[in-house]
Amino acid sequence: MLSHIARRLLAALPVMGFVALFVFGLLYLAPGDPAAIMAGDQATAADIARIRIALKLDDPFPIRFGNWVWSLLRGDLGLSLFTNQPVAAMIVQRLEPTYLLMLMTLVVSVTLALPIGVIAAWKHNTSSDRMVMVFAVLSFSVPSFVVGYLLAFVFGLQLRWLPVQGYVPMSNGLWPAVRSLILPAVALGSVYIGLLARITRATMLEVLAQDYVRTARAKGAEERKILFKHALKNCSVPIITTIGSGVALLIGGAIVTETVFAIPGLGRLTVDAILRRDYPVIQGVILLFSFMYVLVNLLVDMLYTVFDPRIRY
Amino acid sequence: MNRRDFLKLAAQSAVFTQLAPFFTAPAHAAGKKELRYIPEADLNILDPVWSTSTIVQVYGHLVFDTLYGFDKDYNVHPQMAEGHTVSDDKLQWTIKLRDGLQFHDGTPVLAKDCVASINRWGKRDFMGAALLGVVDTLTAIDDRTLQFKLKKPFPLLPMTLATSGSNMPAIMPERIAMTSPTEQIRESIGSGPYRFAKEQWVSGSKAVFEKFAGYKPRSDSFAPSYTAGPKIAHFEKIVWNIIPDASTAAAALQAGEIDMIEMVGADFLPVLKADPNIKLMPRSTPNFAVIRFNHLQPPFNNPAIRRALLKAFDQRAIMSGTFGEENAAFWQPGVGFFSPDSPMTTTVGLEAFTSPRDVKKAAEEIKAAGYNGERVVVLDPVDYPWTHPCTLLAADTLKKVGLNVDIQAMDWGTLMQRRLSKEPADKGGWNVFLTALSGMSNFNPVGHIGLRGNGNDAWVGWPTAPRLEELRQQWLDAPDIATQKKICEEIQKQALIDVPYIPLGGFATVSGYRSNVTDIQLQRPLFFTMTAKG
Repeated sequence: MLSHIARRLLAALPVMGFVALFVFGLLYLAPGDPAAIMAGDQATAADIARIRIALKLDDPFPIRFGNWVWSLLRGDLGLSLFTNQPVAAMIVQRLEPTYLLMLMTLVVSVTLALPIGVIAAWKHNTSSDRMVMVFAVLSFSVPSFVVGYLLAFVFGLQLRWLPVQGYVPMSNGLWPAVRSLILPAVALGSVYIGLLARITRATMLEVLAQDYVRTARAKGAEERKILFKHALKNCSVPIITTIGSGVALLIGGAIVTETVFAIPGLGRLTVDAILRRDYPVIQGVILLFSFMYVLVNLLVDMLYTVFDPRIRY
Repeated sequence: MNRRDFLKLAAQSAVFTQLAPFFTAPAHAAGKKELRYIPEADLNILDPVWSTSTIVQVYGHLVFDTLYGFDKDYNVHPQMAEGHTVSDDKLQWTIKLRDGLQFHDGTPVLAKDCVASINRWGKRDFMGAALLGVVDTLTAIDDRTLQFKLKKPFPLLPMTLATSGSNMPAIMPERIAMTSPTEQIRESIGSGPYRFAKEQWVSGSKAVFEKFAGYKPRSDSFAPSYTAGPKIAHFEKIVWNIIPDASTAAAALQAGEIDMIEMVGADFLPVLKADPNIKLMPRSTPNFAVIRFNHLQPPFNNPAIRRALLKAFDQRAIMSGTFGEENAAFWQPGVGFFSPDSPMTTTVGLEAFTSPRDVKKAAEEIKAAGYNGERVVVLDPVDYPWTHPCTLLAADTLKKVGLNVDIQAMDWGTLMQRRLSKEPADKGGWNVFLTALSGMSNFNPVGHIGLRGNGNDAWVGWPTAPRLEELRQQWLDAPDIATQKKICEEIQKQALIDVPYIPLGGFATVSGYRSNVTDIQLQRPLFFTMTAKG
C-alpha cells in the first residue's frame, strides 16, 4: 500500500510539471499586460515600458519559464507583481477560509444528500421520491450565486441570523468562523447536494434490487440496517467517486461563492490575480489546485479499499 | 432577469421579519472606535509616489503627510511645513518643518528625508517634474530646514508640493525615498495620522490602519479641510474591507456589517436611498467620461472629423443612458475640459457641448472631411459596470454619423494592453476607447493627461498639438491665478480645435454610509474629520 502511495505521488510530479507548463504557456499567450494595469489608466507608454523592464516582462518565454521553474525547485513561488508579497505567504493567508469552506460544504452536502438519496430509492415512485427528485433537480439547476444572494437576503438581511459577507478567522474561535461560512457552504453545496442525492438514489435502486437485499429482508433484518449497513455500503464506490470528483466542482464553485460572500479565500485570490494578470500568483494557485486534485484522487483510491475489501493495490 | 435585477427585487420586497435577536451579527464597536469601510477598489500597491490610482492616494493620505495641503477651496496651506520664506528675487525658497514630526518607526522627520522624498516624487509626477526642471539645488540646511534654489521663479512651488490627485508628494524616511522611482517602495512608513498595519494586510480582502499616537496635528485655528489643517484621527482603527461585488457591499451596509461604502453601484442607489438608516453623498469632484481617439490612425488622424463629432455627442443622453435618469442628481452634462469645481474651470466654448446636437450636420462634415468608410474599432470593456453601456451609447453616436463601427468586447486588462498599440486596427490596434478621467487630475493643464499634445510621449492616443503644449508651459510660468485662468480659457478653445478627446459628461462617485457616521469630507475619503456615534 505504502509503495502504491509513493508511486502515485511520484507519478503526480510529471502531471504537475505539465500543468505548470500549460498554465505558464496560456498566460504568456493570453492578452493583457500587468504593467499596463499596474501603471493605471492614465499612464503613458513610457511609464508602462519602464515597469515592464523592471518586472522583466519582456524576457522571452523560455527564460521566464526557466526562471520560474528554477525558483520553484528552490521552494520559492516568487513575488506578486502588484503587492510585492511572497506568493507562498499570500496562498497560506488564504488557505484557511477556503479549506474550511470546502470542508463545511462537504459535510453539509454529504449529511443531507446521502439520507435523501437513500430515502428516495427506498420510497421509489412515491411522492417522497418525487419531492426529493424535484429538490435535487432544482438545487442542481440553480446557479450557486443565485442561491447565495437569496440566502444572504433571507438569513442575513431580513432575519439577521447570519452575516451577509466576510470571514472570521478560526483564531477568533471555531463557532464565529463556522458561523461566517454557513451561508456560503449551503450556497456552494446546493449544486453538490443535488448531484450526490441523484447518484445515491440511482445506485441504491440498483443495489436494493439485488438478491442479498431480498435475503436480508427474508431473514427479518431491520429495514434501517438493510438500507444503511448492507445496501449503502455497497453503493459506496460510485458515491465516493462522485464526492472525489465533486471536489473539483467545489474549487470552481468556491471562486464564485467567495466573491459573492467576500470571503478572503483562494478563489478570490485567483480571480483578482487573473483580472490584474498577476502571473506569479496565478501560477502558484494553479499549481496548488493541481496538487490538491492529485491528492484527492489518491485519497479516493485509498477509500475504495476501505469500503470494498475486494479492491487491493 | 440578471442577478442584479434579482437582488434588487429581493431587496425591495420585505418578506421576512427579524425573529431571533440572539443570532444577530455582532453590534458595532462601542463608541465607534473602529470604522469599517469599503473602498472603491483593492489596495494592492503601497507606494503613493509610484501609483496615481485613487485608492493608493487615499491610502497615502492616511499613512503619509505632505509639506503643504489644500483646503476645500483649493487654497494652499503649510502642512508638515511650519512656513516658508522667499528671497526677493523669488529664486530661493526656504521651508521650515514643524517641530515634533515623526515617522511611524519612531524616527524624527528631518529635512534630508523631505529632500530625498521630493527628488523621488519629482521623477514620477508631472507637476513635480516641472518643479525639478527649474530647481538648481535642493538641500537640507539643517534638520528642520530645506532650501530650494531655482533657475527661474516658480510661483507654484507650495501648490506643487501640495499636489493631490496624481502622484502624492509624500514624505518618507530618506532610506526608503532612495528607492528608484521606477520601483515601488517595500516599507510603508510615513508620518501621517494613521499607521498601516501591514501584518494585518490581506491583499484583495482587508487593509487595516491604526491611529498613530506620535502624530502631532497642526494647531491651526481653522477646522481640518481637505488635505490642510489639523488632521485628527477620531477612530482608533480604520478597517478597509475589499468587497468587489456591488450587491454584497450594499447588503453589508444595510445589515450594519460595515459603516461606509465609497462607491455605491448605480444599480443599488434606489435601494439604499429607500433605507432610512443609510445616507448617500455624491463626492464633490466628479469624474469625467471621455471618448479618446487614436490620433495616429485614420479616420481620427483627421482633426476635421474629430471636430465634426463635437456636434454629435449628447452628454445628457449618454449620462442618462449610462447611469439612469433616476440618478440624475449624481451626474452632470455640459462639462468641458476642466473640473467644474476647479479654480481653472471656464465656460468659454462650452456651447460646443451644450448647444442643440446636430447629427446630420456632423455626418455631412465627416463626409466632406474625406471619410472613406474606414473601419472604426471601438474597444469595449464589458467588465466595468458603467464603461460598457457608455461605450455602447457612444458607439451608437458614431454609427449615426455614418462611421463604420466595429465594437470589440474585452475585459479591462486586455483593453489596457491593446490600447498601447500604435498599429492600424487590423493589425491589433484600435481607434476609440472610453474611460474616465478623475476630476482631481483635471484641475490644471499640467496634471491633465488628456490635454497633452506631445505626440508619441503623450497619453495613449498620442495627439500632436503644439499650441496646447505651448499654453501648458505658459500656465506654469504664469505669475498669478488670474493669468492662469485666462490661459485655461485659451486651452479650452484650443482643445476644441485639436480635439484630443471629447468629454461625455461628469459623474460623481456616490458614497453610502450609515446614518451614525458624520462629518465626512466631500472631496474624497480622508477620514480626518469623520466621527461616528456608537
